[in-house]
Amino acid sequence: MKNALGAVDTVLLLGGRSEIGLAIVERLVRDGARRVVLASRDAGGGEPPVIGEAEVHLLDFDASRPETHGEVIDAAVKLVGDLDVVIPAFGVLGSQAVYDADPVAAAEAVAVNYGGHVSIGLHAARRLREQGHGTVVVLSSVAGVRVRRANFVYGSAKAGLDGFAQGLGDALHGSGARVMVVRPGFVIGRMTEGMTPAPLSSTPGQVADAVIAGLRSDAEIVWVPGSLKVMFAVMRVLPRAIWRKMPR
Amino acid sequence: MTFLTGWGRTAPTPARLARPRSAEEVAELVRRAPGRGVAARGLGRSYGDAAQNAGGLVVDCTALTSWSLEESTGLVTAAAGLSLHDLMAALVPRGWFVPVTPGTRHVTVGGAVAADVHGKNHHVDSSFGAHLTSLTLVTAGGASRVLTPADDLFWATVGGMGLTGVITEAVFRCIPIETSRVRVDVERTGDLDHTLETMTATDDRYRYTVAWIDLLARGGRMGRSVLTRGDHASREDLPRGARGGDPLAFAPGSPLKAPPWAPNGLLNPVTVRAFNEAWYLKSRPGSLVQGLGPFFHPLDFVGGWNRVYGSRGFVQYQFLVPFGREATLRRIVSRLSAENVVSFLTVLKRFGPGTPGMLSFPAPGWTLALDIPAGRRGLAGLLRTFDDWVAEAGGRIYLAKDSRMAAATMAEMYPRLAEWRKIRDEADPDGVFRTDLARRLSL
Repeated sequence: MKNALGAVDTVLLLGGRSEIGLAIVERLVRDGARRVVLASRDAGGGEPPVIGEAEVHLLDFDASRPETHGEVIDAAVKLVGDLDVVIPAFGVLGSQAVYDADPVAAAEAVAVNYGGHVSIGLHAARRLREQGHGTVVVLSSVAGVRVRRANFVYGSAKAGLDGFAQGLGDALHGSGARVMVVRPGFVIGRMTEGMTPAPLSSTPGQVADAVIAGLRSDAEIVWVPGSLKVMFAVMRVLPRAIWRKMPR
Repeated sequence: MTFLTGWGRTAPTPARLARPRSAEEVAELVRRAPGRGVAARGLGRSYGDAAQNAGGLVVDCTALTSWSLEESTGLVTAAAGLSLHDLMAALVPRGWFVPVTPGTRHVTVGGAVAADVHGKNHHVDSSFGAHLTSLTLVTAGGASRVLTPADDLFWATVGGMGLTGVITEAVFRCIPIETSRVRVDVERTGDLDHTLETMTATDDRYRYTVAWIDLLARGGRMGRSVLTRGDHASREDLPRGARGGDPLAFAPGSPLKAPPWAPNGLLNPVTVRAFNEAWYLKSRPGSLVQGLGPFFHPLDFVGGWNRVYGSRGFVQYQFLVPFGREATLRRIVSRLSAENVVSFLTVLKRFGPGTPGMLSFPAPGWTLALDIPAGRRGLAGLLRTFDDWVAEAGGRIYLAKDSRMAAATMAEMYPRLAEWRKIRDEADPDGVFRTDLARRLSL
């Protein structure tokens, strides 16, 4: 249960090796979370990492196999009870050039980045609605706020995810469960290794700090950094002729 | 689904709310308990999540209000949903008073048992549970059981926060009174040590005692207090002018209403310091005769006062440290004072012996209760530090006030938790009775 000051007991991280995801989990544990489930591909048999004093469980989870997602949520509930925070943090970035040359790879990436989130999001939402509390933290991206020429396969999946997450949040309104949409800009980390950071970039730790603050204030949408909100208010209405010339 | 919170108005969760009209209807609701379980609720005066059950059923007991009084002995049989306010209105004119009343009359009998509430007379009369002769409890499966102090389940239920079943009735001894007034002595102390010394030396001369502490006073005045101590007034104690009417008249009047909305920063160091200064100065030392309401329940004068803390609500932190561990009390008070923590009406009380209730809060020692706006920066960390100090001193936090403690800390503070769990598990093997507090603290 979330307490009066916003601390939670349990966390389920899907994409259990995600840098941003783990940074969020570490902070939740520091603030009092006691039980953590890290769900990722081929997790079985491994040693769970040490995260503060929390009890950490590993669970097998394959984002590309939606038929197994219901069982994953059930297994997590069996391990830790009510799910206070669910963080689907899996995803692949990929390069637009590769997707242009290999449409199958593009479709597979979209299946994970969008389809996988839809499936696990709906399963998580059903559980949260039933328990009457809990938050799904959806890691969207400014890439999906207005899709750019430079990464439109990734961006379109994020656009779909962002819309899905908002709709899910509205569907859950009044149930006690909530969805928080997080929209970071460029995040400097493993996923973007070798790329030149864009303006207003952030680190996984900064994203995690913003998520923690958002959870505490029951925010519905969190921009990281916050100034991206203003920037994208402008970006959204830029004429198409200018937008398509955006270098990246 | 209805969203419910405690008196602190934090962490709302939705539940299906049912309002049974009889103990039989309670039993029927328990028999058909949903998967998310059943929680009992009275007037919602627990500050945290004790009477919430996210996604489950909450049984509002406030329609169970029957009562009877055995005039010769003062033995009262009351249904669980009866408020102490209504009970007092009925008993006082007949010359009886409840054995224990907390700082508000707007609690139910069931809640008073479940939290094993205490009042200003704890140092001589212990807590509510000490005055019970029997209880009726609807247990898992819907059976109605009458329990006496000889039963383990009785002492798991007194202070058990509603987790052993739904209390439907309680029988307890009331105390005889001659008038509806209290003879009060007011005293001021200059600092915390002076407060503790005065209370230790002279508390036992009075049935009712409490100290209000000015937490914002610093330096040499840190812990300065107003002590109010009193006894039920006899007819002779009444001022001449008041002797004509009915000495037992009890009409606390309808409360003023707090404004429905208040800004989040209304209570800040400036406003509270001004209030505290005024309160301290206005409390002139001396003796007076007060009505029961103003003496026992000054805050009941303002209905819905919890709203002045704004939309984010507030946390009440009430802890106990045993006698001999006054250093911990001093340490916490000086930290609160140094941190400029805004708390008005911070209350200090000296406890006497506790009851055998396994999760009962009171025990011999000092208890301090303070209200803090939940939005205060760094509050979680500050209170966790206090939790550690309190646990280390062998003290504890009051579950009826708690809304943020960690499960491990709670287990440390309540050494009889394992014993309580064993009895609860026997009475409710499938975990039918569940609350948000129980989930949060893994009870």
